[in-house]
Amino acid sequence: MSTTTIAATPPVPKVETPFQRFVSEFAASRIALFGLVLFLAIVVIAVLAPWIAPQDPYDLAQLDIMDGRMEPGTVGGAGFTYWLGTDDQGRDMLSGIMYGLRISLMVGAGSAIIACLVGASLGMLAAYAGGRTDSLIMRLVDLQLSFPAILAALMILAFLGKGILNVVFALVIVEWAYYARTVRGSALVERRREYIEAAQCLALPTRRIIFRHLLPNCLPPLIVVGTMQVARAIALEATLSFLGLGVPITEPSLGLLISNGYEYMLSGKYWISFYPGIALLVTIVSINLVGDQLRDVLNPRLKR
Amino acid sequence: MTAFLLRRLIQAAAVVLVMSLLVFLGVFAVGDPIEILISPEADQFERERAVKALGLDLPLWQQYLVFLGNALRGDLGRSFVFNEPALKLILERMPATLELAIGATVAALIIGLPLGLYAGLKPNSPVSKGIMATSILGFSLPTFWVGLMLIMVFAVQLGWLPSTGRGETVTILGMRWSFLTSDGIAHLIMPALNLALFKISLVIRLTRAGVRETMLMDYVKFARAKGLSPARVTFVHVFKNILIPVVTVVGLEFGGTIAFSVVTESVFAWPGMGKLIIDSINVLDRPVMVAYLMMIVLLFITINLVVDITYSLLDPRVRLEGKQ
Repeated sequence: MSTTTIAATPPVPKVETPFQRFVSEFAASRIALFGLVLFLAIVVIAVLAPWIAPQDPYDLAQLDIMDGRMEPGTVGGAGFTYWLGTDDQGRDMLSGIMYGLRISLMVGAGSAIIACLVGASLGMLAAYAGGRTDSLIMRLVDLQLSFPAILAALMILAFLGKGILNVVFALVIVEWAYYARTVRGSALVERRREYIEAAQCLALPTRRIIFRHLLPNCLPPLIVVGTMQVARAIALEATLSFLGLGVPITEPSLGLLISNGYEYMLSGKYWISFYPGIALLVTIVSINLVGDQLRDVLNPRLKR
Repeated sequence: MTAFLLRRLIQAAAVVLVMSLLVFLGVFAVGDPIEILISPEADQFERERAVKALGLDLPLWQQYLVFLGNALRGDLGRSFVFNEPALKLILERMPATLELAIGATVAALIIGLPLGLYAGLKPNSPVSKGIMATSILGFSLPTFWVGLMLIMVFAVQLGWLPSTGRGETVTILGMRWSFLTSDGIAHLIMPALNLALFKISLVIRLTRAGVRETMLMDYVKFARAKGLSPARVTFVHVFKNILIPVVTVVGLEFGGTIAFSVVTESVFAWPGMGKLIIDSINVLDRPVMVAYLMMIVLLFITINLVVDITYSLLDPRVRLEGKQ
C-alpha cells in the first residue's frame, strides 16, 4: 500500500506480492472466509435465478391461484413441490426469494457504486482544493450525516414516489457523505507524502496525480467503507420497501416479499415473511463478516 | 462564547430556512392534490371552491411565503384528510412516539449494561463471546423483520402479548400514556424491545470497551490493592465511570430512535407520529407531511445545536477553531 517507494528506484523483487499477502491475511480468519463464500454463493444464485429457479414468479401461466398460501413442503396441483411454501397468489417462495435477491443486490450494489463515485470525487476535490471548496463540501457532509439515513431516504421517496431508480437515487443521497468523509480523510494524509511531492516536481498534470498517485493510495479505507455500505444499503432498501415507499409491486425485492406476508402472519402463515427475511439476514451478515475482516487486514494502524 | 453561540444560532436558522424550502418544493412535486382530494364527480364550481379553500390557486412562491409566514405562527396547514390542523395532529401523536422511544432507551440500558459489564469483566469466557456475537447480529438484523418475528412468536404462536395497538391509556396533563396500565405495558413491551434492538448492541459494545479500559486504570488497581471487595470495585469504581460516555451516546442516539420509530410503529400499528407520516405519504396528505418533516428538522437541529454548545463548553478548542 503506502510502502510505495520513490518512482525512480526499481522495486525490490519480493517473494510475496502485496496482493498475495492481502489474500493470505484475509484467509487467516475462517469466519470471514465463510462469509465470503456465502456471499459469493448468494451472488451466483441471484445472477442465475432465471435459469435455476424452479418457477418464474413473473410468468402468470406458471402460477396457479389454487396453490396459494401453501405450507412449506406441500406438493402443488401440478405435482410441483413448494419447498418454502407459496404466497397468496400461489407463487413459489423459493423462486420469489431468488428473484428478490436479484433486485435487492442490484439496488444495494448499484447505489453503493454510484455513491462511491460521487462521494469519492467530492472528497478528493475537498482534500485537493482545500479552502472554501473544502469547507463547503464538508458542511454538506456534516449536514447529511446529522440526519438519520432512514429519515432522509423517507423524505426523498415521499417526494419522488416508488420506483427502483428513485430508491437508488435516495440511497446515493443518503450514502455519498460516508465515502466523501473517508476519502478526504485519507487523501489529506497521503497528500503530504513524498511521492506526491515527487510527482508534482515531475510537473505531472493534476489529473494524473489525483487519479494515478493519490486515489490508489486512498483505496483501502474506501473498500472497507464500501463493503459495509452495501450491507447498509440492502437493509435500508428492504426497510423502505417494507414501508411501501421502495420498489414497486412489479419488481418485488426481499423487503417487499416480507411486507406481502405481513397480513398473513397474524393467521399463523409465517413462511411468506419468514424465509425472505432469512435470505436478507444471511446476505447482510455475510457482507458484514467480509467487511469486518477487510477492516482488520487493510488497517495499517493495526499492523505497525 | 457569545459570538460562537450567535454564529451557531444563525447557522441553525439558515439550515431551518433551507430545509423548509426543500420540504415545501419537494412535497409540492408529489402528484396533484386536487386529483386526490376532490371527488371526480364534483362539478367545475365545486372544484374551484375547494382549490381556493386550500390555497392551491396561488403561484408557487406565494404559496411558499404564505406557508413560511403561517409556520412562524405555528400554523403548518390543515390536514386534507382529517380536516384538522396538521401540527395538532402531530402533537397529539407525539406522546405515543416519545413513550416508545423512551421505553426503547430504558430497555437498551437495562439489557445492554449488565451484558456489556459481564463481557468486559470476563472477556474470554464463552458467555462473553456469545454476547458479542449476538451483538453483531443486533447490528445486522433488519428491525422490521425482527418485529414481525416477535409478533409471530409472542402474539400468534404463544399468545402472551398483544400484537398491535397501544392498549388502555391514562390521561395525564392532557396527553394519553399507556405505561401506567398493565394492558398498556403489555402493548408496549414488544415495540419497545424491537426499537431497542440496535441500541442494545450499541450499549453492550460501549460498556464492554469502557470496562476493559477502566479496569487497567491506576485508581482501580489501587482500590483493589486496598482490599475492597470485587463487587464494590466493579459497581462503585468502574461502573460509575463508564456510565458517563454510555449515557452520552445513548442520549445522542435519541433523535435517531425517534426517526427509526417510523419502522417499528408501522410494524406494530403503534399510533404515533411515524405511523401518521407513513399513512399521510400514502394518501398524499401534504400539510401533514410538511408539518412532520419540519418538526423533525427542528428537532434534529436543536439536538445538534445542544451537542455543539455542550462540546464547546467542555472543549474550548471547538470554539476557537472558527477564529483562525
